[in-house]
Amino acid sequence: MSDVRDIRFRHRRSADQDRGAPQHHPIIIVGAGPVGLVAALELARKGHRSILIEKKTNLSDGSRAICWAKRSLEIMDRLALGDVLTGKGVTWQSGKVFFDRRRVFEFDLLPERAQRRPAFVNLQQYYFEHFCIEAAARSDLIELRWQEEVEGFELTEDGPLLRIATPAGHYRLTADWVIAADGARSQIRRSLGLPFQGRVFADQFLICDIKMRMERGAERWFWFDPPFNRGRSALLHKQADDVWRLDFQLDATADREVVTDPDSVGRRVREMLGETVAFSFEWISLYRFQSRRLQRFRHGRVLFAGDAAHQMSPFGARGGNSGIQDVDNLIWKLDLVLRGRAPEALLDSYDFERIHAADENLLNTTRSTDFIAPKSAISRAFRDGVLALAATEPMARRLVNSGRLSVATCYDGSALNGPDGFATDECPATRPGAAAVDAPLADGWLLDALGSGFVAVCFCREQASARAFQRARGRLEPALPLQNLIVTDPIACARYGAERLPAYYLFRPDQHVAARWRQPEADGVTGALTRASGGAPLNA
Amino acid sequence: MPLTREPNLKDPDGLYAAILDAHADLSESESMALNARLVLLLANHIGDEAVVREALALARQSIDAAASR
Repeated sequence: MSDVRDIRFRHRRSADQDRGAPQHHPIIIVGAGPVGLVAALELARKGHRSILIEKKTNLSDGSRAICWAKRSLEIMDRLALGDVLTGKGVTWQSGKVFFDRRRVFEFDLLPERAQRRPAFVNLQQYYFEHFCIEAAARSDLIELRWQEEVEGFELTEDGPLLRIATPAGHYRLTADWVIAADGARSQIRRSLGLPFQGRVFADQFLICDIKMRMERGAERWFWFDPPFNRGRSALLHKQADDVWRLDFQLDATADREVVTDPDSVGRRVREMLGETVAFSFEWISLYRFQSRRLQRFRHGRVLFAGDAAHQMSPFGARGGNSGIQDVDNLIWKLDLVLRGRAPEALLDSYDFERIHAADENLLNTTRSTDFIAPKSAISRAFRDGVLALAATEPMARRLVNSGRLSVATCYDGSALNGPDGFATDECPATRPGAAAVDAPLADGWLLDALGSGFVAVCFCREQASARAFQRARGRLEPALPLQNLIVTDPIACARYGAERLPAYYLFRPDQHVAARWRQPEADGVTGALTRASGGAPLNA
Repeated sequence: MPLTREPNLKDPDGLYAAILDAHADLSESESMALNARLVLLLANHIGDEAVVREALALARQSIDAAASR
């Protein structure tokens, strides 16, 4: 593959630009980063046309987001992109933490094996985008408009109105729905005057991606107070094509010009990896932690996703992954609304569920930030105490926080959640709101079998129970728009709390658990399905 | 179980002395480091987070009360 970063996407004047009046489109997505691209692909998969507006002419200029979590890979599997991402990327699930010169802690993020996807795949953002753009080009439902920049945005009686600047002049568009995936500096957010509230941290971090040959596993290595960056932290992580991510915590007052100068960065790299290391620079960037979000992600028919909606510290890989999961949550709901199968109010659950996720991610990244960059003498005393004890004391290892790595959020408290027929504390990993846990089946993987509509699954070890369920099926699901599945595989049954007693689950189209029962009743299943689709009357 | 606020030690004077002995010859910053590690070890041993939080609140209250006098 020649360097995908050299690809240039030229502006092509669309017919819309030759019309006097603003042309109308059902769905416009602003921003062709990972979040906007996945939104367009998901919409296309469900048969919906979208226009994707992007101001750049190229892919992401730096590697930026590099760690794609298991849940994101599972979402990409539904777009048939899981294999290509995993194939090109670097699979990892373990890491080491160092304090000064000592190794104090090791972790394994995927203690439960037998899942299709690993805990993480590291892959530069430009590759992620490249594969999405290739897939988008194969769809005639996605129109990508490069080098077009939203310069004005307002809500009119005809719906959202976008004023767009192109190399060939200006034009306007209206839309039924706009997905704002236009990043941390979102023009749509600013045009609507929406406050982006939270904290900006003083500490500066230097990201430096280098290309080098190094025989070392694809683990995440994190240093607190190492000899080569005294009093601060550092990170080393492998990406595709022998590219390595280095991340150095810097002084809050460090001068941008000085610290990003390649000679000065080169000295840091050699202090870290040895004087003789041979490398070339891929990308150098300086950033400060941000911890901010919009108060609402849904503003009528404008839906914010990804960095446009929330911005967080990168430690934990929660930025890109939470953006993908925003879209995963949003698109099936928008699909039901567009097809008249659910009321628009279903989209309020996008707001609730993804704000719940953003708050969880912001809480975790803020706590990591406080551990990585202590703000006071006492904060440092506790941090250093944890690290010193961790060398010998298991109790302290659980407190070491170099970033709590992204896992799917359980939508506890969501109005879409139906009954939990399990006993208290029984199998909490698959309670209503949780993302489905993968497991091997005789002929593939559970997540593939779940598909991407509503699906009812009976997990049971006994063939007799399966037959009973089959007989009861007509009674349980009278004419519901619902797929059915019986799973008897032992690992799957164990993961869903059905080792001894059968369990019956209702999954949403995003493969989150809507409800579960030991003894399902027809009314209960119908009610849960109605609730999970926003309370609409159901018609098959 | 709430935080035990009644005497609970067999040799209170001896343990008090042991706490001070642990700090012998330490600078203020080393003492702060020792206290931090002690809190972490004891909190983990207690395990019941409600009890630890109650102790935290009580300790903080006693500082705030002293400050407002």
